[in-house]
Amino acid sequence: MSHKEEGWDIVVKQKSSSFNLNIREIWGYKDLILLLVKRDITSIYKQTILGPLWMFVQPVFTTAIYTFTFSYSAKLSTDGIPPVLFYLIGQVFWTYFADCLNKTANTFVSNASVFGKVYFPRLVMPISVVISNLLKLGIQLMLLIAVYLFVILILKQDITVQWKYILLLPFLVVFMGVFGLGLGILFSSYTTKYRDFTFLLGFAVQLLMFGSCVVFPVTMYSAKIQSFLMFNPVVAYLEAIKFVLTGHGHISLMYILVDTIAVAGLLFMAMLKFNKTEKSFMDTV
Amino acid sequence: MTRTVIEISNLGKQYRLGQIGTGSIADDFKKWWYQVRGKENPFLKVGEENDRSKAGKSDYVWALRDVNLRVNEGDVMGIIGKNGAGKSTLLKILSRTTAPTVGEYKIRGRVASLLEVGTGFHPDLSGRENIFLNGAILGMKTQEIRAKFDEIVDFSGVERYIDTPVKRYSSGMYVRLAFAVAAHLDPEILIVDEVLAVGDQEFQDKCLGKMKSVSAAGRTVLFVSHNLVSIKQLCTKAVFMKNGTLKKTGATTEIIEEYLNDGNTQLQDGTIPEDMLRQFATGDAYFRKIEVLNLSEQMVSELAFNEPFKVKLLLEVLKPLFNVMININICNTLGEPIAFAAEKKDSVYAARSFEPGYHEILVEFDLNLLPSNYKLTVGISHMKSGVTIDWVEGVSTFKVGKISYNMHADYPWDSTHGYVEPVTQWNYSKK
Repeated sequence: MSHKEEGWDIVVKQKSSSFNLNIREIWGYKDLILLLVKRDITSIYKQTILGPLWMFVQPVFTTAIYTFTFSYSAKLSTDGIPPVLFYLIGQVFWTYFADCLNKTANTFVSNASVFGKVYFPRLVMPISVVISNLLKLGIQLMLLIAVYLFVILILKQDITVQWKYILLLPFLVVFMGVFGLGLGILFSSYTTKYRDFTFLLGFAVQLLMFGSCVVFPVTMYSAKIQSFLMFNPVVAYLEAIKFVLTGHGHISLMYILVDTIAVAGLLFMAMLKFNKTEKSFMDTV
Repeated sequence: MTRTVIEISNLGKQYRLGQIGTGSIADDFKKWWYQVRGKENPFLKVGEENDRSKAGKSDYVWALRDVNLRVNEGDVMGIIGKNGAGKSTLLKILSRTTAPTVGEYKIRGRVASLLEVGTGFHPDLSGRENIFLNGAILGMKTQEIRAKFDEIVDFSGVERYIDTPVKRYSSGMYVRLAFAVAAHLDPEILIVDEVLAVGDQEFQDKCLGKMKSVSAAGRTVLFVSHNLVSIKQLCTKAVFMKNGTLKKTGATTEIIEEYLNDGNTQLQDGTIPEDMLRQFATGDAYFRKIEVLNLSEQMVSELAFNEPFKVKLLLEVLKPLFNVMININICNTLGEPIAFAAEKKDSVYAARSFEPGYHEILVEFDLNLLPSNYKLTVGISHMKSGVTIDWVEGVSTFKVGKISYNMHADYPWDSTHGYVEPVTQWNYSKK
């Protein structure tokens, strides 16, 4: 750290250590993160009449279609959870994950014009995307609560919140976003030079929905396939969320732990790759 | 003691030309394979000087190469050079939007770079919201922006529209608002690229004024511009870049002259090159030679201070010309005319006629030029219609030195105070 002794604030060399994650630097830009989140939330619904109500329209209609298609027509099991609630939970949390992934996966390409002109830690952008999605999820939870009350009070269905696991819920939600973030920034690092990955991601996310037990429960499969599927963090997290919220479903603390360690490892590696890419991606974007 | 705030050593930036596709993945693989075996990147050895007009052999070019520079605290440094000289690449690297291929640099203090105004402006957000967003992108804290908000709005002069989405702004208003935010950054080092070329004259003056006050406060400014007048007004030092390398660093006036004289096309004996672009020529006559003669009628490129001089022109006339006028402009190095000469008879501008053939014209000047560099522009045109027959701009250059030709009246000061020394009489009387 000789340069610090000489009083230099910034030292840029051709090869600097890639193990420099600059967490403190990102913290210094927290005001920017907040303003970007505010921009994301306020600018989406400008010049619309329904405004933020659109956040409810999409899950309501999707849930209705899913309920009709998968439950009413195809007669798929919903694990003892009332179909409306089952599909709503699946749909809301899946959209949250998929948005975190899709919108961080084009960080470099879609922000090239800003990144090319001003320096700030590039991770600020994907982090703000995840926080925006978290807020959107929070708003959609109001819809979930409304449907929840409807199911208990009107339909008189047998569902109970598992209070002893309730503290697990925020943890699951955050790590679901972190998983999306990790995958997303990894993809964005690779798409800067070769756009092939953009096409791959486009349909992979759609297909992944069927491998993530969004529209059917994991218990539909044999024990062998189940134990394989649970390695997908989205499956383990989503099943646990369903269990905490309804008392039905499949919670496995062991899988959650294993998946979370994997997610943390992925995030760490993705951040290293991202940091390496951010230095000169402007030349190849 | 002056503190070095930016230190650049051996900085280089290499770019690959052509499309990114299957060709580049082969190179990527090769680079990776060398890296795996712990060898140096093979492509660093290849690559050519960046001269965009010539087709090169290599796919790799060096946009910057071997750049070494020290900038001291409080320096206002102008960076000049032709398009593609590497000015913007240097600023990009210093503002950390891209990394150097080789070399390193060190910076002391907070850097704000203004490579563009309005970076990150969101069209759907109001002016107010964008001030905060843009300020934060440039590195300001929300609290700082709030404290300066009124000042920013006032400076921009768009108060009335502050709650309207910026996509409804005129382009001038947009730029005004954007620059206003940038102008209220408080960095120790400010990096500016050509952003002054926008807005109306009043606003440009305002921006220049703001930049002057930034430098007056002892901050360091790096400034790229093609507008040599604003470089001259603003900068104390300058750097001249050519084909990716630093050609020269020094005092602004000296560097500007170096830049303007670079690639000077005039031949030794005053002949105007055949391939010179003659924009206005009708083809009826051409100037072939321009010479500056000293007192002893010798062609020179440097005159002594206060030395009388003559300009000799060689004109080739192809068709008979009637009622035409030859004029000579003496210009400073920025190309601004400072003296105009045409033939006069009895205090009226006089016309002449020429037969086809070569004509030599010798013009005697009674003009005291102050020490500096000058350029000549000569033209011939029809007296009545004003139609230009030939026009040769800035080809001939000469210098006026500080040493006087009669040995004891040297110009005593270091700086030049103007271009022309008028003949004056000073009369005093006590009242």
